[in-house]
Amino acid sequence: MNAFRRLAALLACTLALSACGEPQARANDVRLGIALEPPNLDPTSGAAAATDEIVYANVFEGLTRVGAHGEVLPALAERWDVSPDRLTYTFHLHPGAHFHDGTTFDASDVKYSLDRARAADSTNAQKGLFEPIASVDVVDPLTVKVTLSRPAGDFLFNMGWGDAVIVAPESAATNAVKPIGTGPFRFSRWLRGTQIELVRNPDYWGPPARLDAATFVVISDPAAAYAALLAGDIDSFPNFPAVELLPQIEGDPRFAIVIGTTEGETILAINNARKPFDDLRVRQAIAHAIDRKALILGASEGYGVPIGSHFPPHDPAYVDLTGTYPYDIAAGRRLLAEAGFPDGFKATMKLPPVAYARRGGEILAQQLKVIGIDVSIENVEWAQWLDQVFANGDFDLTIVSHTEPRDIAIYARDDYYFRYAKPAFKALMAELDLAGDDAVRRPVLQAAQRMLAEDAVNGFLFQLPKVGVWNARLMGQWANAPVQANDLTGVYWQEP
Amino acid sequence: MVRFLAGRALALVITLLAATLVVFLVLNVVPGDPAAYMMGLGGDPAALAELRRELGLDLPVWQRYFAWAGGLAMGDFGVSYTYRVPVGDLILERMRVTLPLTLMAMALSTALAIPLALFAAGRRGRAADAAVSGLAQVGLAIPNFWLAILLVFVFSTTLKLFSAGGFPGWEAGVWPALKALVLPAVALALPQAAVLTRVARGALIETMGEDYIRTARAKGLSERRALRDHALRNAMIPVLTILGLQFTFLLAGGIIIENVFYLPGLGRLVFQAIAQRDLVVVQGVVIVLVFAAVLVTLAVDAAYALADPRVGKGRR
Repeated sequence: MNAFRRLAALLACTLALSACGEPQARANDVRLGIALEPPNLDPTSGAAAATDEIVYANVFEGLTRVGAHGEVLPALAERWDVSPDRLTYTFHLHPGAHFHDGTTFDASDVKYSLDRARAADSTNAQKGLFEPIASVDVVDPLTVKVTLSRPAGDFLFNMGWGDAVIVAPESAATNAVKPIGTGPFRFSRWLRGTQIELVRNPDYWGPPARLDAATFVVISDPAAAYAALLAGDIDSFPNFPAVELLPQIEGDPRFAIVIGTTEGETILAINNARKPFDDLRVRQAIAHAIDRKALILGASEGYGVPIGSHFPPHDPAYVDLTGTYPYDIAAGRRLLAEAGFPDGFKATMKLPPVAYARRGGEILAQQLKVIGIDVSIENVEWAQWLDQVFANGDFDLTIVSHTEPRDIAIYARDDYYFRYAKPAFKALMAELDLAGDDAVRRPVLQAAQRMLAEDAVNGFLFQLPKVGVWNARLMGQWANAPVQANDLTGVYWQEP
Repeated sequence: MVRFLAGRALALVITLLAATLVVFLVLNVVPGDPAAYMMGLGGDPAALAELRRELGLDLPVWQRYFAWAGGLAMGDFGVSYTYRVPVGDLILERMRVTLPLTLMAMALSTALAIPLALFAAGRRGRAADAAVSGLAQVGLAIPNFWLAILLVFVFSTTLKLFSAGGFPGWEAGVWPALKALVLPAVALALPQAAVLTRVARGALIETMGEDYIRTARAKGLSERRALRDHALRNAMIPVLTILGLQFTFLLAGGIIIENVFYLPGLGRLVFQAIAQRDLVVVQGVVIVLVFAAVLVTLAVDAAYALADPRVGKGRR
């Protein structure tokens, strides 16, 4: 082995003709692995989570920001006043903030950004967040008044989304390739297909970043990710793509494995408009047939918290509804028979190309077969899925994770792909918008969770875990993902 | 020779024209809307409609085809839907990785295969020949992604001689860039070398049975010299054919290796573009590949003519 090693080393050195075996001094930077390359770096354009994972809170900031536990924190607005009728928000902006190109940040940039996002020709994927805004007025350079046409309970949280970051009119058009924000890191360079580099912004208005630089490296292959981690090429995978390889890393003191929560409710979505799924008993039967424990073990290596409704377990308003229709095959069979299907029926399940869906689909098909539902699986690409399932509602069953934060209101949308839109549920959501106070909101949110669980709208499976693997000396990364972001402002290297 | 090349050039133009039509039609029949992909699950319908208008996706298919094909004729590949940069630049950027990688792999596989084939053909039927054939069998059987992962574990994670992947860019210097391509080139080259060795050995052995070799041998040439000076040149035609095929395969087919080493090559560009329905990019890459394939075939044909003067002078 030793001789082989030496020979191999010699060979490699000859091939490489460069300094071999010299360990490089550890620079104060970090290399993070990401699975998908973002299409562009402008968080106010498309919906790509990969964009926010790089620029949110690092390069771009909003009026508010979402903290590590999903709480609303001040950002470019250092404080705000809300009128008693909850229609007027006065934001007091942080003085001394600058964009990375040197232009000053002030109230006119806020007005520009919000007006741009809600304009008729806006292509902001979350245009709905800005829909309640009636007008944005500059009071003075550091004060902005936002008037709403109706109360919106989540307004401050919504202003903390990546889609609501503040951009400058001078650079808005080129943010896709050269993002200019106000954050603690500046965009440095993008080697397309390989990596995106950020450097510390020395003129940051807030507490400066502790890292000198951060590089996001695109590695989508699970085996490659594992190898890059072991080779020390990558310091951190905030979302490690090879969950099945975790047991091999677990005992290694060089690495920390951090399992956190996300806003991703993984569901077996059911087409509520299509026969026989429009029958509550059929949906209840499906709910009874699902063994969440076995599913989580098979689809995500045992990581992931079971859910009984469309709501994340880490939210203060969460109620555990996993017992609404417990795993009970006899009950499932009985309900199917009552609905007129004593011998079951055939259905199809369209699966997008993500591991939890493809593996989870195989397991769920088996579980549904036990009560007599004969599921044939159809694997589709994302683009096909978006077209057939999401846009046109052409499906029986599908598996997907809804990763948008605070998204329970999608069940009130008439044209949403699982076609629920029950008037009573819509009424609850309207009530929620009128409520600004958490104490008022909580019972409404809980009633909404119960309604979805009892109506068995979808098969509620598990909350998608955030499996982070990083160098054990790297401190300050987020364990949870209340928004899809890798906030690096507090990240630093611990001295060995 | 001139008429031969002119005929080939005409065929090239016709092939390209047909390719634009086929590629465009096929991609526009496949379900999936690039704008919907960009907007995602929570996408606002009004914003989606606006984006479709902005990208020109609301125009009729034929109008989009002529706009695209017209641009191509002027050397304009269009603008990527998702990246929002010119497709031509994207392809050029990726070619700076894929082309050197392909050439390195080709050089490596030829440098391995030809001497091995000569060695085996000169000792046909003997133990050395069997050993080379066995080695080639193994090379054929090993999937290149597995070989790539093995190389990474030996040379990157264990010996720490190479990084496990990535590409620093040519701006970082020629050596660091070439170094990043060494392991991928080896992983690509070995299976290709195995194929090439078998083909070259077979062709050499076949030519060794020809009359003119017997004559050469009768004139007192040693077996080895007959092999090198006479048989090799004549055995080049099948070898060149294989090399031409391998070149076009490697240009786009390196995708698995590009994934394992996370290299920004052409294969990964087109793979990602297909998933995201960035049709303009897919169309552009396919056209470039068609162009490359036709050019390589042309080059191989010309090389035949050099290797065997009878080819170019035939009744064509």
